[in-house]
Amino acid sequence: MIVFTGVKKQYDDGFQAIKNIDLEIKEGEITVLIGPSGCGKTTTMKLINRLIQPTGGSIRIQGRDIASLNPVELRRQIGYVIQNIGLFPHMTIAKNVGVVPRLLKWDKDKVERRVDELLGLVGLDPDTYRNRYPSELSGGQQQRIGVIRALAADPDVILMDEPFSALDPISREQLQDELVRLQQELRKTIVFVTHDMDEALKIADTIVLMKDGEIVQADRPERILRYPANDFVKSFIGKKRLQSAGTELVAPELAPSVDDVMVEQPATAFPSRGLAEAVKLMERRRVDTLLIVDKNRKLQGTVSIYNVLDQYAEENKTVADVMRPVEHTVPSGTSLAIALQLMSAKQLSNLAVVGEDNRFVGLITRGSVVRHMADLYASGSNGGDAYASVIV
Amino acid sequence: MNADQPLFVRVYEYMADHSDELIGLIGDHLAMVFCGLALALVVGIPLGILCLRSEKLAAVILGAANVIQVLPSLALLALLMLALGLGFNTMVVGLFLYSLLPIIRNTYVGLKQLDRNLVEAGRGVGMSPIQLLVKVQLPLALPFIMAGLRVAAVIAIGVATLAPLIGGEGLGRVIYSGLNMRNDVKIYAGAIPAAVLAILADAILGWLQGRFKKGSHAAEA
Ligand SMILES: Nc1ncnc2c1ncn2[C@@H]1O[C@H](COP(=O)(O)OP(=O)(O)OP(=O)(O)O)[C@@H](O)[C@H]1O
Ligand SMILES: [Mg+2]
Repeated sequence: MIVFTGVKKQYDDGFQAIKNIDLEIKEGEITVLIGPSGCGKTTTMKLINRLIQPTGGSIRIQGRDIASLNPVELRRQIGYVIQNIGLFPHMTIAKNVGVVPRLLKWDKDKVERRVDELLGLVGLDPDTYRNRYPSELSGGQQQRIGVIRALAADPDVILMDEPFSALDPISREQLQDELVRLQQELRKTIVFVTHDMDEALKIADTIVLMKDGEIVQADRPERILRYPANDFVKSFIGKKRLQSAGTELVAPELAPSVDDVMVEQPATAFPSRGLAEAVKLMERRRVDTLLIVDKNRKLQGTVSIYNVLDQYAEENKTVADVMRPVEHTVPSGTSLAIALQLMSAKQLSNLAVVGEDNRFVGLITRGSVVRHMADLYASGSNGGDAYASVIV
Repeated sequence: MNADQPLFVRVYEYMADHSDELIGLIGDHLAMVFCGLALALVVGIPLGILCLRSEKLAAVILGAANVIQVLPSLALLALLMLALGLGFNTMVVGLFLYSLLPIIRNTYVGLKQLDRNLVEAGRGVGMSPIQLLVKVQLPLALPFIMAGLRVAAVIAIGVATLAPLIGGEGLGRVIYSGLNMRNDVKIYAGAIPAAVLAILADAILGWLQGRFKKGSHAAEA
């Protein structure tokens, strides 16, 4: 267990980066520090391995005040994944991964075996990668190496500073999954910094939300979603997740509106377009209906592929000649529940959302509703129930 | 030797006739340069590392090395001769002093330009300051240090031709005796090998520098 008691950090230039933090980091858990850029996440993390000295308070690991420990020895017992990977470019992958064991004077064979084992652990073939240099690996592979370097000497505590930040969403999720899987076996005490709430929700046992050098809320993800401490936490979590957690604390204005769900750039055309052009556009956008708007984006009508094909032979006609008036629209800001009731009652396949002066702002389609729901389900927790009742 | 023949033929013949002597002088020349450079590395690299400790110290050390560098070489050698007497050692000291600045400066710059992340990573995995220096900082600064050595070597090969003035050996001997005897052929026979040595040193060290660069940033293609 790592315990912060009244920890402060003022940098040499007088900047108070950490203002009086009390925190308990539980053993065998992943604790995620999250917050906006500059809120002091990295600073908090570096205080743990004494890369930064606090200017007040104390930090204890397993009951021992780290100020009394030799910083070099301490760091060898704490795995550290640095914010920008920080692999040594002049060392091979094997050298990089084995760096702490070698500092700890393990014998050569043992280091080699450990390196191969770790490479295997993250799905990199030792024979292929052992002797490569970091620059010969992809970004995702480099980050994997960064992670296993921290694991090499089997430390109980591992600090990870935005270890997956430089990755594309797919590799990122893959590595998050890997981490969760590894953690199930290893049960390390992991302090993980991110500013991505999805990442935090996915991997955290405890989330510590920070702002301006202070802890705003520290709790289980589930509880943070259900009982956000204040508006900052709410806004950081984001509307959608709050709803999906079905919290009672959601303000009425947070109920989903059509604006959250609509397609903002649906296929539209000017009235002067020819019919062939209209068909082409539908083909390209893969839709069967176009909304016809004038230059001021005022909604004029709607044209379906059947209207167009009916009169396709007449070369001089434009979409203005074949369009139908739009019978149902909803104003921007309408609650989604009302829009869905309307669509269901009138058997509409889509519903235009308009602003002032009948200005077209977006389109609710069945697809967009499904996507919205998928987002809610995908972001985890017990989402959906609240929604299902709305939709039915 | 036929005075009617073109100059380059006469120079060639002179060099062919005196090849043993010339080779001996080249050896002397290189010996002085090697010793001077080796001393400069042994002293300059630690001074460069020391510069990293504080800006103030860096200003003092680099300033001093710079003063030495701007002294006219003849003046410096004359002063050294007054202090140390004639001979090989005096010349080595002169070359050492002349090579210091490029080596100190490049060591300093090479260490200073290092990615702060890497230094932090080194500290973070638990390297002591010495381990950090030996395992991370110096290897990564090596291409810079090599570049300094290259500059120093070219300068030293040039300055070493002044050796005969303070009782040293080397290719300067042929050049000065040519000057004294107003013998063009002799002057060329000393100057050409000296120039070739400088060019070769530049090329070889340049090649080495490229290799180190590759090593330290591992095929950064
Ligand atoms: N050496 C330093 N001297 C002065 N101020 C510093 C120093 N290092 C960091 N800071 C300041 O302390 C604050 C916290 O920095 P920190 O690196 O902990 O932020 P962070 O939460 O990790 O941000 P990010 O998400 O951008 O990595 C920042 O405002 C930063 O400018
Ligand atoms: Mg940070």
